[in-house]
Amino acid sequence: MPRWGMVIDLDRCNGCQACEVACRSENNVPVCGPNAAALNRTISWMRVVTEVEGEWPEVRTRFLPRPCMHCERPPCTAVCPVGATAIDEEGIVGQIYARCIGCRYCANACPYTVKSFNWRRPDYPASTLPMLNPDVSTRPVGVIEKCTFCHHRLQRAREQARVENRPLREDDYVPACAEVCPTSAIVFGDLDNPNHRVAQLVKDPRAFRLLEALGTQPKVYYLTESR
Amino acid sequence: MSDVDRLAGLPQDQRILLAPLVRTTKWFWIWAAVLAAVTAWGAFAYALQVQSGLGVTGLNTPEYWGIYIICFVFFIGISHAGTLISAILRISNAEWRRAITRSAEFITVLVIAFGAVQPVLDLGRPDRLLFIILHGQPWSPLLWDVCSIGLYFTASSVYLYVPMIPDLALIRDLGIRPRWLYWFLAIGYQDSPRTRRMLQRIIAVLAVAVIPIAVSVHTVIAWIFAMTLRPMWHSTIFGPYFVVGAIYSGIAALILAMAILRRVYRLEAYFKLVHFNNMGLMLLLMSLLWTYFTFAEYLTAWYGGEEAELATFWSKLTGPFAVPFWLMVASCFVIPFALMCRKATRGVRGTSIASVFVVFGMWLERYTIVVPTSLHPRIEMASTHYVPSWVELSIMAATFSGFILVYMVATKFFPIISLWEIQEGREEAVREVSERVASYLPDEVRVAGS
Repeated sequence: MPRWGMVIDLDRCNGCQACEVACRSENNVPVCGPNAAALNRTISWMRVVTEVEGEWPEVRTRFLPRPCMHCERPPCTAVCPVGATAIDEEGIVGQIYARCIGCRYCANACPYTVKSFNWRRPDYPASTLPMLNPDVSTRPVGVIEKCTFCHHRLQRAREQARVENRPLREDDYVPACAEVCPTSAIVFGDLDNPNHRVAQLVKDPRAFRLLEALGTQPKVYYLTESR
Repeated sequence: MSDVDRLAGLPQDQRILLAPLVRTTKWFWIWAAVLAAVTAWGAFAYALQVQSGLGVTGLNTPEYWGIYIICFVFFIGISHAGTLISAILRISNAEWRRAITRSAEFITVLVIAFGAVQPVLDLGRPDRLLFIILHGQPWSPLLWDVCSIGLYFTASSVYLYVPMIPDLALIRDLGIRPRWLYWFLAIGYQDSPRTRRMLQRIIAVLAVAVIPIAVSVHTVIAWIFAMTLRPMWHSTIFGPYFVVGAIYSGIAALILAMAILRRVYRLEAYFKLVHFNNMGLMLLLMSLLWTYFTFAEYLTAWYGGEEAELATFWSKLTGPFAVPFWLMVASCFVIPFALMCRKATRGVRGTSIASVFVVFGMWLERYTIVVPTSLHPRIEMASTHYVPSWVELSIMAATFSGFILVYMVATKFFPIISLWEIQEGREEAVREVSERVASYLPDEVRVAGS
């Protein structure tokens, strides 16, 4: 059984936000507009968090792409009163939009603040409607959504492998953010498979996880900047 | 013969305590109309929210919870007035309870519904409310909450109803309208020493049973917060801290209800100074307990010095939440303590003023628990704030007015002071208490051989 995980090399990330854009178009994440942004009500499954360090002229900006951490011990799934968020046997923490009652308990329980709520009915400009991804359902008003490691891509890759009567290969299933990253900072794969690059990268001495002390055991690892 | 004439020739207790059931003043209607209008406005605001989603609130990321959840904790807290105080006083044979238990129990039953509805108002998908039963996850503290509040509502309704049966039977026998209502609610009760004994036994069992249920309710509400890893929510003392706060605000609400009832229904002979004095002493005790818990909670957060905890901590003590925080300290400790520690200010006016501050302060307490932690997630977010929208404030106003309205209406159908318990007090309690006191005194010791 694979255990899907991600390694993000912060040395390679240049903050281009291509992952954000790819994620948004892959997962039909609605653009909420400037009004919602002013109210802190935007929705993003992948967000490049920036941190400016130092004082001019010695200024340095650090970038931290932040998807859902897909914790091994997710604090969000336990508190959901209806089982609308749950971790599957391959370690992906999913959201069931048709089940969610919108209590936002999971969003409060998440120490990484990666859950977004649909405060208003999502609005897709008419010109973008033909570009929506048919593999991903759009979300109604009043439910929580978040990164799913592009779970639909896994399903598609599995089907393809079955049709071709072969096992799943390493490159078959890659989320949109990892696929698009121009510096290959984001690497995705099976953490339990020693042949996958992620399994080797997490052994790197630079590897760390966010808020590791909380014991949530995220499956998104970071490689700290060496400079 | 009208109901008013029917009361004229009755003994004092029945004449005074049943008067609100048969006579309604102009002011009652005016107040009822105002409160109904506010409630209707809140219902309109909610309809708007259902139509366009929670975007009409002031909530955002990471301020996922706001006024509704604050009011949820607040109103369920108020509901601890009745059942708990009444049960404790009954079990401890506090004779001064007789006049106040009924009004307390009514607060519990009526306010709990208004509290329990708050998380439903807060739902993004109220249309999926039944999923909590259809797909309930027993691991979720929210489900524990549904269970404990449901149980508490049931138990306190029974605990309100059962001790009211003899009074309902009396009203039925007097023939006060609406007769079908009292005929139905009195369930054929006939007063006799045997039925009275049976009733007493049931009340005794209920009084013991409702106490752990009441304690569980606010404990579980606290656990909703405490089970998360959020700074200043993830605290082991949150359960008892919330229970103490709930009882504290409950006592204050009961004092206010008594002061108002005393004035509008001319019940000075029943809600006497001794009642306010004793309730004031309970308020004093709870203010000290609350302060102790608050101090313990904040000291441990500060001393531990964890970065995330400190961010929330300082935002309350000196940061953007300093005004509500210190107002809370003044309203929940300084003012009630100063007023309640002197006998001279434990009168009707003094306890009422203290209670207004306590109710206000306990609302602020819930505000300073919910909002600052929400706005300080462990991973730094773009700076944000929370300003409740008019929709949230309207619904909150409607909750207050709705509760007061149903309480007012209830006093028009049910005697707000227990008639038979007052009568029992007159007939039996004096003798029982002297016997009890006599039993405390040392026994005579026979000298051997004499």
